[in-house]
Amino acid sequence: MDKIVLEIERYSPEKDRKPHIETYEVPVRKEWVVLDALNYIKDKLDGSLSYRWSCRMGICGSCGMMVNGEPKLTCATFLTDYARGGSRVRIQPLRYFPVIRDLVTEISDFMMKLKKVKPWLIRENGAQPEREFLQTPEQLDDYKQFSMCINCTLCYAACPVVGLDKDFVGPAAIALAQRYNKDSRDQGSARRGAILEHPEGIWGCTFVGECTRVCPKHVDPAGAVQQYKLEASVNWLKSFVLPWGQKHESKGHEDTGT
Amino acid sequence: MARESNEAFYWTLFSAGGVVAALFIPAYLLLFYISIPLGWVRVPSYDHLFHLASMPIVRMFLFLLCSLSLFHWAHRFRYTLYDGLQMKHLNEVIFTLCYGGAVLGTVVAAYLVWNFV
Amino acid sequence: MRARDMKTQAPKIAPQYTLYHPRWYRERVSTYWWLQQKGYLKFVLREISSVFVAVFVVVTLFQLNALRQGPDAYEHFQHWLRTPVALSINIISLCFVVFHTITWFNVAPQAIPPIKLRGRKLPAALIATSNFAAWLVVSGVIAWLVLR
Repeated sequence: MDKIVLEIERYSPEKDRKPHIETYEVPVRKEWVVLDALNYIKDKLDGSLSYRWSCRMGICGSCGMMVNGEPKLTCATFLTDYARGGSRVRIQPLRYFPVIRDLVTEISDFMMKLKKVKPWLIRENGAQPEREFLQTPEQLDDYKQFSMCINCTLCYAACPVVGLDKDFVGPAAIALAQRYNKDSRDQGSARRGAILEHPEGIWGCTFVGECTRVCPKHVDPAGAVQQYKLEASVNWLKSFVLPWGQKHESKGHEDTGT
Repeated sequence: MARESNEAFYWTLFSAGGVVAALFIPAYLLLFYISIPLGWVRVPSYDHLFHLASMPIVRMFLFLLCSLSLFHWAHRFRYTLYDGLQMKHLNEVIFTLCYGGAVLGTVVAAYLVWNFV
Repeated sequence: MRARDMKTQAPKIAPQYTLYHPRWYRERVSTYWWLQQKGYLKFVLREISSVFVAVFVVVTLFQLNALRQGPDAYEHFQHWLRTPVALSINIISLCFVVFHTITWFNVAPQAIPPIKLRGRKLPAALIATSNFAAWLVVSGVIAWLVLR
């Protein structure tokens, strides 16, 4: 039975000032993913290891971690890809987030940013609709890719601007804002625009593109942000050339949505 | 607040500059600053170049090429300093130096092409 | 069990830990973050290419000035172009400017909203290829105008 060594970054707030690496030897089974190895460690080697996981099939977004420096879903990363004679797998918590314990990160900042962009259908008059909204397959196609986001925050671990600027809203939040902006049933683009067309919103992005590269659901958040920038620029130009009938009137501060 | 809503303007200039720089600069650079000095191609005569440069459409092209490329640099370099060197606290200074430089270059370019009569 | 009892039985605790809120660990982002990954390095090189775009503009402004002043000034400028310093600057600039062009046209399809032709989205490769083709055509036109 092949074995592989896992180097796991451990951090206990009771004892440690900073994280340290502990090594564990784990058997390699052909179908095993990194999450299986972590479960093996917790079951048989060290029950104190803390980490998040749930669906084990790449849809809940809980098990994101850094595997050899790359943000990955550990339920979708095969051990055999790393098990080449003597190679070690380094597992660390997702980058650019505070660490609560071991591999568990503090994501309330992300949750706050997500809520800030109002990721829900906004209707102008706010009344309950009389019947369901109809949507053609072409209209669905306009936003479908951005709706695949599972909030796993791998893109936040990949984006250097997230690490460098605490206020930057981040790739997933902007992609989700676009998911609703492009939805034919939604009428809230202006309100989201007022929040996102800021240096901490879309303008903070410098199109590094790492977010798209690491996204396990192929959402292409980088594309979403750049398309948003283009749209915002066109709207800005229109507001100069055709100042009447602008889409982007700020609707005051009625909806701060904390 | 004013800075935020104007960011779209700077980004538009950056994009336009990026397209112009991507399309025109490589050929111009290779031709004038490498091929001709190294003698890979026949050196065009001064009269021919002067004649080209005095055509209004060429003057407009040269002006736009220089100006937009500089604004492309200003925007990108500004963000490189913010992120790469983490100099965000020098916000105002960086902004002024970058766009100020681009404006200066634009003025010089305008002056030069204007005088090609 | 009251909090007080728990505290006397607890093992030696680091002073920064309180029973009710553990200290989170926050890693400082290194000044050399851009060296830690291939993707980051490629990004920073792409951004640095803008400096060489500016260098090109400066050289071109000198060229136009020399051209404007007369054949002697232009000859002087040509002479400068042949110096090792000028050639090094320009060759390095060319490398970075071409890098800018390639990276720009490769990401352009991602940055524009999908264009639909007869109900199907235009493939990214087509948009990128068209841009590169336009690049070749434009370069050819410049060369022809100058060298004829």
